[in-house]
Amino acid sequence: MRSLLPVLTVVMAILALWYGAAVMLNRQWTLDQATRAGQDLTLAQIVADTMAQDRPKLPAPHQVGAELWNTTGAMVLEGRALSKRSLIWHGWVTLSATLLGFAIGTGAGILLAIGILHNRAMDMSVMPWAIASQTIPILAIAPMIIVVLNSVGVSGLVPKAIISAYLSFFPVVVGMVAGFRSPDRMQLDLMNTWSASPAQVFWKLRWPASMPYLFTSLKVAMAASLVGAIVGELPTGAVRGLGARLLAGSYYGQTVQIWAALFAAAILAASLVGLIGLVQRITLKRMGMAR
Amino acid sequence: MKTPVIKADHLDLVFQTNDGPVHALSDVSLGIGKGEFVSFIGPSGCGKTTFLRCVAALEHPTGGSLTVNGMTPDAARQARSYGYVFQAAGLYPWRTIAGNIRLPLEIMGFPKAEQEERVARVLDLVDLKGFGRKYPWQLSGGMQQRASIARALAFDADILLMDEPFGALDEIVRDHLNEQLLALWARTGKTCLFVTHSIPEAVYLSTRIVVMSPRPGRITDVIDSPLPRDRPLDIRDTAAFLEIAHRVREGLRAGHAYDD
Repeated sequence: MRSLLPVLTVVMAILALWYGAAVMLNRQWTLDQATRAGQDLTLAQIVADTMAQDRPKLPAPHQVGAELWNTTGAMVLEGRALSKRSLIWHGWVTLSATLLGFAIGTGAGILLAIGILHNRAMDMSVMPWAIASQTIPILAIAPMIIVVLNSVGVSGLVPKAIISAYLSFFPVVVGMVAGFRSPDRMQLDLMNTWSASPAQVFWKLRWPASMPYLFTSLKVAMAASLVGAIVGELPTGAVRGLGARLLAGSYYGQTVQIWAALFAAAILAASLVGLIGLVQRITLKRMGMAR
Repeated sequence: MKTPVIKADHLDLVFQTNDGPVHALSDVSLGIGKGEFVSFIGPSGCGKTTFLRCVAALEHPTGGSLTVNGMTPDAARQARSYGYVFQAAGLYPWRTIAGNIRLPLEIMGFPKAEQEERVARVLDLVDLKGFGRKYPWQLSGGMQQRASIARALAFDADILLMDEPFGALDEIVRDHLNEQLLALWARTGKTCLFVTHSIPEAVYLSTRIVVMSPRPGRITDVIDSPLPRDRPLDIRDTAAFLEIAHRVREGLRAGHAYDD
């Protein structure tokens, strides 16, 4: 509760800035319309109009909020939650690709980290490639992945998930290599004096020791997965998913729709990362590592 | 002397470093009998820890021979001949105290019921009864170190290797633990090898004190302690005690003469 006041203060400040910016950016259009119609507007009329335009340069917060509600909650009340105009449906399309990509990326990341840990050749060779893979702009490589996979008959969910995995494996590799190497020399020596096998060293020492690193990596990976899924939806012709809403919005100048989709994506990302944080708290508590 | 449990014969260990070879151990010969309490004392770099690590097969000598219970150090490790206690307790934060003590038993494949029975027994031995379900961070440094000694005792090795186990603790806690360690030694009859920086600690605990000096790491003096096995803390004010301490100090000083 003590953090409520500061949080609210920041939210209010952002809203105030946002409304101010909306007035500034949308004013010109209002004035142009008025001149064309030969009207003279008072300041209050100008301000009111800047917040009620159909296609504002910058929609006001309440317009975005209304759009969000109309495409989610209101549609649920009408029993059309899964209609193709509903953000819930588009969100689910993006979420399913995100989760599949996240699972593939996390799995691949952990396996690569184990390889790097136990194999000297992989230790020397994998990391530079992993880093190089992340320097390629995802926007450049996403259409190619989709085209190539499509030509071998794979389309829909999987290509998007692969783009997600491409972005999300990297933080997991980096985090887990650090995590697996976090036990110090003394703890490894101790294992040695008990003649522990490499598998025992891994499962009884390295794996539990890497848990705090794992959850930190997973949070970054989850956010990256969502970005990957949205980017993966852009080249498919804007049919379904939050990325499609963004693209369709920009085709038709529907700025309100774009902002609503952006916020839906942000809320989705925050919820997913929050969910991982919750699992992290529960896991570390059960391991006795939370104080 | 009884048949030696640990026998080092002209032991050499040379580390190849970027600055050239370093003689960590040079011509170290020593026999340690069953049930002895031997302290190794000397300045940093004298090879006392290295010697212990050789016994534990964590380092491998480049010359001479070393047997533990009549076997090579590697074979002795396989035969669970020794428990090793490091300077830091090194308890896993995600395991309870009992879980930490159970760890070597799990690794060595003891049956479940026996694990519990052994954990209970060694917890009692180091006076930590009732703390089994606590996590390491809930215990003081001294208690953590006792738990790590219990962990080393859990699988019934007859040799206990201790590398400055109380080095990071304050003096009052250290005195208390030294007293407890002696009691533990008297009760279990283990052979103890104990590395320390502290002259009083070495003299108080040991039946024999090995004084070492660096560059190259070697033994400069071996002192048999005439003190009785039963040692209250105030034995440290007796003339006999001070005389041994003096001889240890002289040995250390002689080793240092090369330095400057």
